[in-house]
Amino acid sequence: MKIVIDQDRCIASGQCVSAVGEVFDQRDEDGVVVLLDPTPPADLAVAVRQAAAVCPARAIHVEE
Amino acid sequence: MTETVNPAEVPQFPGARAARCPFDPPPALHALQEQGPLAKVKVWDGSTPWLVTRYEEQRALLADPRVSADVTRPGYPRSAPVVSRNGSAISFILMDDPEHARLRRMVQAPFTVRRIETLRPAVQKIVDGLIDDMLAGPSPVDLVEAFALPVPSLVICELLGVPYADHEFFQDNSKILIRRAADPEERAAAFARLVGYLDDLVGQKLDHPGEDLLSRLAERIRTGELTRPEAARMGVLLLVAGHETTANMIALGTLALLEHPDQLDLLRRTDDPKLIAGAVEELLRYLNITHSGRRRVALEDIEIGGQVIRAGDGLILANDIANRDPAAFPDPDRLDLRRDARRHVAFGFGVHQCLGQPLARMELQVAYGTLYRRVPTLRLATELERIPFKHDGQVYGVYELPVAW
Ligand code: HEM
Ligand code: SF4
Repeated sequence: MKIVIDQDRCIASGQCVSAVGEVFDQRDEDGVVVLLDPTPPADLAVAVRQAAAVCPARAIHVEE
Repeated sequence: MTETVNPAEVPQFPGARAARCPFDPPPALHALQEQGPLAKVKVWDGSTPWLVTRYEEQRALLADPRVSADVTRPGYPRSAPVVSRNGSAISFILMDDPEHARLRRMVQAPFTVRRIETLRPAVQKIVDGLIDDMLAGPSPVDLVEAFALPVPSLVICELLGVPYADHEFFQDNSKILIRRAADPEERAAAFARLVGYLDDLVGQKLDHPGEDLLSRLAERIRTGELTRPEAARMGVLLLVAGHETTANMIALGTLALLEHPDQLDLLRRTDDPKLIAGAVEELLRYLNITHSGRRRVALEDIEIGGQVIRAGDGLILANDIANRDPAAFPDPDRLDLRRDARRHVAFGFGVHQCLGQPLARMELQVAYGTLYRRVPTLRLATELERIPFKHDGQVYGVYELPVAW
């Protein structure tokens, strides 16, 4: 699994960080998403897909 | 494919809730959702915007850049009459990008999940202190005044740098601002008082900056990134959105739980953060207090759900009924704290999705996670039929909630 984020679209909802804090974080200065781990281990796959699905700005893309 | 609508045949929106089901959306909404993803409805001024009732179509439209939240555009379906078109544009919640993003980004930093998490101990202390006071005082008590309203008000005051001593002033004016039934002049006056108040505060922060959010906005005025009226209006938005919503969730959530004792029991017996966090999501979904719907206007023709929305058509995205869409949530009318409800649209969807959601979640987790555990005998001190519900509010809830223990 490979994750791509689009920081320009992100609206700092924090949904991805609530879903998988191991993979996503937010920048201190403006809350925009930061990718901690672009190729997370398989046991996080379900949570990552959930994060992409709830992202209100459609800023998270998951490639299998 | 031109749509001709005979206004006489179009259902009125909003309809009334069923008398015995104060937690469920109006039955008419269920019926409309069954018929299709969107339908024309008639609103207070006689206009006939689209009402979007199904979950999928609602998320698609809320995330669609061809859909505008700009309240000054012709066709925007207002929820109540206003004195002047531009009179009460309450900051970026009613603007489109790039202006919306420019302003929103200035206030995103204090609301990140991790920053909000650092406030949890302080919120726990506030919640415990209010429960101590409640238990030391007379029973019954109005839970709204004693608990539901002070928790988020104290927190948002601290975050913004607004003196809590002024809470009666801003709570009273917020109430008028978000009452659909309020007289337009009265609502405009309440808004003007709040803007004036925040403008004074921003002025004080310009002279004596602190660590709070209003001081950060004052700093942006100094650097020329923000005007003072913009800062004051943003302050009003954050202050009003920051306490009214969470307060209604705490009180209405408590009532819903008291009416579902098996579910309340789950919370009473647990300190498992996962279960509590899941319960908060389910209560957000089930109660969906922002029951006036998200309001938008189409910028271009949009084909969706077998219909064509024309450029200039108004849209009401009824998130309460979308959260009861059986295609998204099996057995949607059941309150089930153990279900995975995180996909709900109680905070909206798209670029306007709630800025304060990490804060609201944390406050609700602490409030629901503490109150019933510390007051296990909490009960309603009147009959359900006597509870005054906010049928006329932009935000649903209860005006008061007498409880005993
Ligand atoms: C349980 C409590 C809350 C609920 C149910 C709620 C609900 C919502 C909803 C549905 C929207 C979307 C509006 C739209 O799309 O038209 C929204 C936006 C917003 N909320 Fe909340 N909210 C809550 C708590 C808070 C808190 C605590 C704050 C703190 C400041 C806040 C600040 C905002 C702001 C600033 C916006 C505008 C965002 C934008 O336009 O980009 N909300 N909220
Ligand atoms: S869920 Fe989407 S919008 Fe929210 S912080 Fe993550 S990337 Fe940004």
